[in-house]
Amino acid sequence: MLDLIWLIPLFPLLGAATQLFFGRHLPKKAVSTVCVGLPGLSFVWAVGCFVQFLGLPESYNHIFPKHLYTWLPAGAFHLANGSLGNLNINVGMQLDPLSCVMVLVVTGVGFLIHVYSTGYMAHEGGYYRFFGYLNLFMFFMLVLVLADNYLMMFVGWEGVGLCSYLLIGFYFQRKSASDAGKKAFLVNRIGDAAFLLGVMLMVVTFGTLDFHSITEAARSGNFAMGSSVITAICILLFIGATGKSAQIPLYIWLPDAMEGPTPVSALIHAATMVTAGVYMVARSNALFVLSPTALGLVAGIGAATAIFAASIGLVQNDIKRVLAYSTVSQLGYMFLACGVGAFTAGVFHLMTHAFFKALLFLGSGSVIHAMSGEQDMRKMGALWHKIPITAKTMLVGTLAISGCPLLSGFVSKDEILWQSYSSPHGSKLLWIVGVITAGMTAFYMFRLFYLTFAGQSRVPPEVEHHVHESPPSMTVPLICLAAGAVLAGFVGWPEVLGGGDWFGKFLEPVFENPNPIPALHHTRGEEFGLMVFSVMVAFAGFYYAYRRYVKQSGIARQVTALAGVGYNILLHKYYVDEIYDALFVNRIKNLGNLLAAFDLGVVDGGVNGVGWATRMSGEISRLWDKWVIDGLVNVLAAVVKLLSYPAKFVQTGVVQNYAWLITAGVVVFMIYYVLR
Amino acid sequence: MIPTEYYLFLGSGLFAIGVVGVLTRRNVLIILMSIELILNAVNINLMALSQYFKSVDGQVFAIFVITDAAAEAAVGLGLIIALFRNKETVNADEIDLLKW
Repeated sequence: MLDLIWLIPLFPLLGAATQLFFGRHLPKKAVSTVCVGLPGLSFVWAVGCFVQFLGLPESYNHIFPKHLYTWLPAGAFHLANGSLGNLNINVGMQLDPLSCVMVLVVTGVGFLIHVYSTGYMAHEGGYYRFFGYLNLFMFFMLVLVLADNYLMMFVGWEGVGLCSYLLIGFYFQRKSASDAGKKAFLVNRIGDAAFLLGVMLMVVTFGTLDFHSITEAARSGNFAMGSSVITAICILLFIGATGKSAQIPLYIWLPDAMEGPTPVSALIHAATMVTAGVYMVARSNALFVLSPTALGLVAGIGAATAIFAASIGLVQNDIKRVLAYSTVSQLGYMFLACGVGAFTAGVFHLMTHAFFKALLFLGSGSVIHAMSGEQDMRKMGALWHKIPITAKTMLVGTLAISGCPLLSGFVSKDEILWQSYSSPHGSKLLWIVGVITAGMTAFYMFRLFYLTFAGQSRVPPEVEHHVHESPPSMTVPLICLAAGAVLAGFVGWPEVLGGGDWFGKFLEPVFENPNPIPALHHTRGEEFGLMVFSVMVAFAGFYYAYRRYVKQSGIARQVTALAGVGYNILLHKYYVDEIYDALFVNRIKNLGNLLAAFDLGVVDGGVNGVGWATRMSGEISRLWDKWVIDGLVNVLAAVVKLLSYPAKFVQTGVVQNYAWLITAGVVVFMIYYVLR
Repeated sequence: MIPTEYYLFLGSGLFAIGVVGVLTRRNVLIILMSIELILNAVNINLMALSQYFKSVDGQVFAIFVITDAAAEAAVGLGLIIALFRNKETVNADEIDLLKW
C-alpha cells in the first residue's frame, strides 16, 4: 500500500472529476455512493499506509519518500551565496510521522463529514456540485499534507483555497455568501503572496525545496542561530500561515466563511484547511528553531489571536459565529505552541481540535437542521429533549473544548499551556494569556450550549413543531466524532498523569532539534499544579455561564446583560472589519477608481484618439476624392459638354427631321455621282 | 407590250410621292402609309426589271418585300397604339423625347 501512496489523494480526485463532469446526470444515490465511498477508500488506504509505515525498518529513518516524476527541471543557477545550485522540483510524496497524523485526520474526519453531508444536504440543490467540490477539496488537502516539497505543498495550499472559495460561496444566489467567498479568497491572497515569497527565498538560499533537504541543511549548522535570511523566510512563511489559518491580522475572513454550508465549515474551516498553516509551520520547524525572532512572533500572534478571538466569541449570537471565533482562538493556541517550540503540542492540539471542533460544527449543523435553518441562539433553547443525540454529542464536544479533565481538549490544551510556561521560548505572560483564554473558552462554549439546549424554549411556534432529530446519516458521524473527542487525548496522555505520551514520541523524529536550548528546570509538581489551576479557571468559566444562562431567568435580558460599551465593542468584533475597510479596502478601491479613471482617460483616450485620427484622415481623404479626383473628371466632362454645345441642336428628337437629313444626303450623293 | 421604262417611271413617281409623304405629313399613320407606297414602288421596279432580265429573282424579292411590309405594318400599328396610349398624340413632331 505504501508504494501506491499516491492513490490516497487520487481517490477523491476521481470522485471530484466524475461529479464535476457527469454529476448533473447522476441520481443523488449514485452521487452519495461515489463521493462518500472514494474518501472512505482513501481513509482505508491511509490506515493501511500508516500500519505499514509503523513496520518500516530503521534504515528508513522515519521517512518514506515516494518520488513520482520530475515536474520542473529548472536547471543550474546561482544561489544567493554564490555557489551553483541545480533546482529540480519533483512531484513526490513523503510519509513521515507528521504527515501520517495529518493524512489520518484529513481522511478520517473528512470521511465522517462526507457521510454527514449526505444527510445535511439531502434537500439542497446542487447536490452533485457540493460533493464534487468537497472531494476536490479532499484531493488538494491530501496533496498539501503528503507533498514532499514546498512548491507541491503550495499547489495543495492554493487548491484548498480555491475549494474554500467555491464552497463558502456555495449558496451563490445569496449576496452575503458570494461576498464572503470573495473576502476569504482575497484575504488569503495576501498570505499566499508572502508564502510564495518565502518559497522563492528558500530557492535562492537552499537551492532546493524538498522538505528533507531543507531540514538537513537547517540542522547542519551552516546557518547561525538568528540568521537574518532564515528569519525572513520564517516570517514570510508565517504570514502565509496567518492567511490560511486565520490569525491576526488576516483572520477576518473565517467568521464570514460561515456563510457556507455547515459541513463545509466543519471540514474546511475547522478541522482541516485552516490547520494547514499550523502544519506548515510545524513542517518548517527546523527553520523556525533557528530564528528566535520568528518564534517569538509566532507565539505572540498566536496568543494574541487566541484571547482576541475568544473575547469576540463571548457575545456572538449566531451559533456558527461563536464556533468560528472559537476556531480562530484554538488555532491561536496551536500557533502559541509552535511559537514556544512545542511543535508536538501544536500538532497534538491540531488533531484533538479536528475531532471536537468538527463535532461541534456538525452538531450545530444538526441543530440548524432541526430548527429549519435558524442560526440565532436567541431563538433556540430547551432543545435537550427534542434532539437528544445531537445534544449529548454537543455536550461531549463542549466539555472537550473547555478542557474538562480526561477529554482530549484537556490533554492537548494543558500540554500547550504547560509548554508556554516552561519552554525556554515561553514566558509567564504567554501562559497567563493562555489560561485566560481557556476560561473564556469554557464560558462561551457553555453559553452556546445552555442557550441552545437548556432554559426555556424561545423557539418561534411555527418552527417548534418541525423540530426533529436528524437522520442516522448525520447522528452516526456525530457519535463517531464524539468518541474521537473523548479518546483522542489518550494517544498523547502526558507523563505527569502517568501516561506514556506515545504521540510525542511518535512525532519526535520530525521535531528533533540538534541544538536545543537547555530547558529550565521544572518539577512534576509545578506541572501538576498549573494543570489543576487551568482546570479551575475553565471551571470558573463554566460556572459563570451556568449562573448567567441557567440560574437566572428572563433570558432576553441576560443575553444582552453585558450591555455597555465593552459589550458593544465585542459584539462589533472590535470594529476590525470597519477599520480594515477604512484603512485598506477603501484605499484599494480608491486606487482602483484612480486606475479606472486613468484607463478611461489615458489608455482608452489614446485608443479613442487613434480612432478619431483615423476618422479625420478618412474625412480628408474623402474630401480630396470628392473635390480633387472627382473634380478633375467633372471638369473634363464639363469641357466636353461645352465644346459639344453647338452640335447638340442637330438632335431635335423629331424623326422627320432625321428623315429629311437622310433624304438630303441621298440626293447630294446622287447629284455627286451623276455630275461626276 | 408596255416598255420597261414606263414601269420605272411609275415606280419613281410612286416612290417620290411616298418620300414626300414621309417627310411632310405630321400624322404617323399617314407616314406609315407613305412607307407602304415606297415599298410598293420598289415592288413595281423589281417586277419590271425581272421581266426585263427574264429572271424570277426579282419576283422572289418582291414576295419578300410584301411579307416584310405586312410585318412592318403590324409592328408599326402596334407602336402607334402604344404611343397614343402614352402621349395621346399621333403627330410625329410632338414626339421628340430623344431631343438633347
